[in-house]
Amino acid sequence: MAIWLNKDSKVIVQGMTGATGMKHTKLMLGDGTDVVGGVNPRKAGQSVDFDGTEVPVFGTVKEAIEKTGANVSVIFVPEKFTKDAVVEAIDAEIPLAVVITEGIAVHDSAAFWAYAGKKGNKTRIIGPNCPGIITPGQSNVGIIPGDITKPGRIGLVSKSGTLTYQMMYELRDIGFSTAVGIGGDPIIGTTHIDALAAFEADPETDLIVMIGEIGGDAEERAADFIKANVTKPVVGYVAGFTAPEGKTMGHAGAIVSGSSGTAQAKKEALEAAGVKVGKTPTETAKLAREILAG
Amino acid sequence: MDLFEYQARDLFAKHDVPVLAGEVIDTPEAAREITERLGGKSVVKAQVKVGGRGKAGGVKLAASADEAVARATDILGMDIKGHTVHKVMIAETAPEIVEEYYVSFLLDRANRTFLSIASVEGGVEIEEVAATRPEAVAKTPIDAIDGVTPEKAREIVEAAKFPAEVADKVADILVKLWDTFIKEDALLVEVNPLAKVASGDVIALDGKVSLDDNAEFRHPDFEALHDKAAANPLEAAAKEKNLNYVKLDGEVGIIGNGAGLVMSTLDVVAYAGEKHGNVKPANFLDIGGGASAQVMANGLEIILGDPDVRSVFVNVFGGITACDEVANGIVQALKLLEDRGEKVEKPLVVRLDGNNAELGRKILTDANHPLVQRVDTMDGAADKAAELAHAAK
Repeated sequence: MAIWLNKDSKVIVQGMTGATGMKHTKLMLGDGTDVVGGVNPRKAGQSVDFDGTEVPVFGTVKEAIEKTGANVSVIFVPEKFTKDAVVEAIDAEIPLAVVITEGIAVHDSAAFWAYAGKKGNKTRIIGPNCPGIITPGQSNVGIIPGDITKPGRIGLVSKSGTLTYQMMYELRDIGFSTAVGIGGDPIIGTTHIDALAAFEADPETDLIVMIGEIGGDAEERAADFIKANVTKPVVGYVAGFTAPEGKTMGHAGAIVSGSSGTAQAKKEALEAAGVKVGKTPTETAKLAREILAG
Repeated sequence: MDLFEYQARDLFAKHDVPVLAGEVIDTPEAAREITERLGGKSVVKAQVKVGGRGKAGGVKLAASADEAVARATDILGMDIKGHTVHKVMIAETAPEIVEEYYVSFLLDRANRTFLSIASVEGGVEIEEVAATRPEAVAKTPIDAIDGVTPEKAREIVEAAKFPAEVADKVADILVKLWDTFIKEDALLVEVNPLAKVASGDVIALDGKVSLDDNAEFRHPDFEALHDKAAANPLEAAAKEKNLNYVKLDGEVGIIGNGAGLVMSTLDVVAYAGEKHGNVKPANFLDIGGGASAQVMANGLEIILGDPDVRSVFVNVFGGITACDEVANGIVQALKLLEDRGEKVEKPLVVRLDGNNAELGRKILTDANHPLVQRVDTMDGAADKAAELAHAAK
């Protein structure tokens, strides 16, 4: 069953005809993703050949949905145009929009998030600045390598792309139900809590791995949620113990301001909620193994 | 990007938020002419991005042009909590202050929207007021699309219980301050104190502004606001090469791909360092996905140029990027540096995992560079890098 994405997901790519969109559409198709169309108003009516698979280009998201029955959009458009692309996806009421683009201005993310709310939150937004979501063996939407691991019973939610890959690799022999990268920006659509709730409800997920990093208080809020609502075992990892105050560590949201947003505070909050927290990614994977082995 | 007070003042003025006259200078003598223009007296204010400068002696009144020059001489070059004063603002002296308020707009990450914070108890740290008298601090969520209309401004004024005689003026300032927040792509605009003066006017006497670096594409003027004097020379050199680099205090140079993995690498090295003379990571450097040999060379050059670095840990997980390309990048980067005549003498520990890792490892083995060691697990490689840094100390 997995969460949010499965073999029946029909995917369109906003920004498919750009260099990044082309590269990753090809990879997604290679992983078995049902990519049914691209969107680019200037190339509407054309189609693109990906190693023998013809993918049509539509003028709008709305048209793409009408013609293909698409229910997922993945967004690769440049940061200047991302807000408009997400707003278009929301207007078309696509159930899931995955925003890969990085470097989006916070005011733009705040605007499309507020817009989604005004439209009744019919579109789940993952990202921005995220690697996407993969349900191994079924569908892969975004830039997560499809060949790291296989289908299995671990659910993974992470702020960081490369740590997602690292963790999938560490536990590759066990496999994953779904892995979702939610991004490390100050404003994101889908949160740790959303993913925890979905994995808790997913009968094909036995254990949840949650990866956080410095900045904000999302991990602390997730800890409260776990305490109250999650019965499945959760293993956690938090990056950024050595990050100094006031310096942004790569991700726009990864900054310790004063006493808030520290890795130590996040680790303590998670442990207080019964989450086993590893010191390194490898140790975290080991904790997950121990729990699954009973 | 956090701005200096004078830069915040200029942005406020641009959006018609009432402020006092003031000009920034970096030589004491320049204080004379400005003070004369301001009517023969002024306030000399240190420009540092840290609170508590008044207590540290960084804000002084000057009753004459001569005195302004003397105070500017005192303050320029002063160290305030580790920040050297390179600039002072010569500002108009404030009229008699009757009351001090606080207003700000900022990003509310938890609720994924914006927030207004307002209080009639300004002039002190707002965190202090919030901790001791939370009822004196009004927090009002602001919808990112609707923004601060005159009605919304009214709501904030009422929530914070501003006195009736300043309500209209404060509401008007809130609308203009929101204009600053939105049009400048700010993450924070804060006025503290927002002062009611004897004439009844309300003026922004001091303020903080933080701008969103991601919005620079629509603000060509941001470039001029960067504080080039304060940047660490290695950070400045890295920025010029478009590298995502942060200088830290330790001895193990770090190169990795992806912000999360690099942050994690710093932690793993710090843990390993506990067993090796407490060596620590020397920097954060994310070369991103699909890094070419050129990018690897640029990164290595910055790290090897850091005199604090004793060993280097290259930690790469090949996602979309294949490890053989990364390995070739490392080999070519070392050659590139040696061809440029740079001496590479510090040991490199390389860990490659993921896409084409076997091939990548073989390339490193075949290259057989005397300074490069392969360790195939992240924890093991961190331990090796820490050990080498300690040995070279």
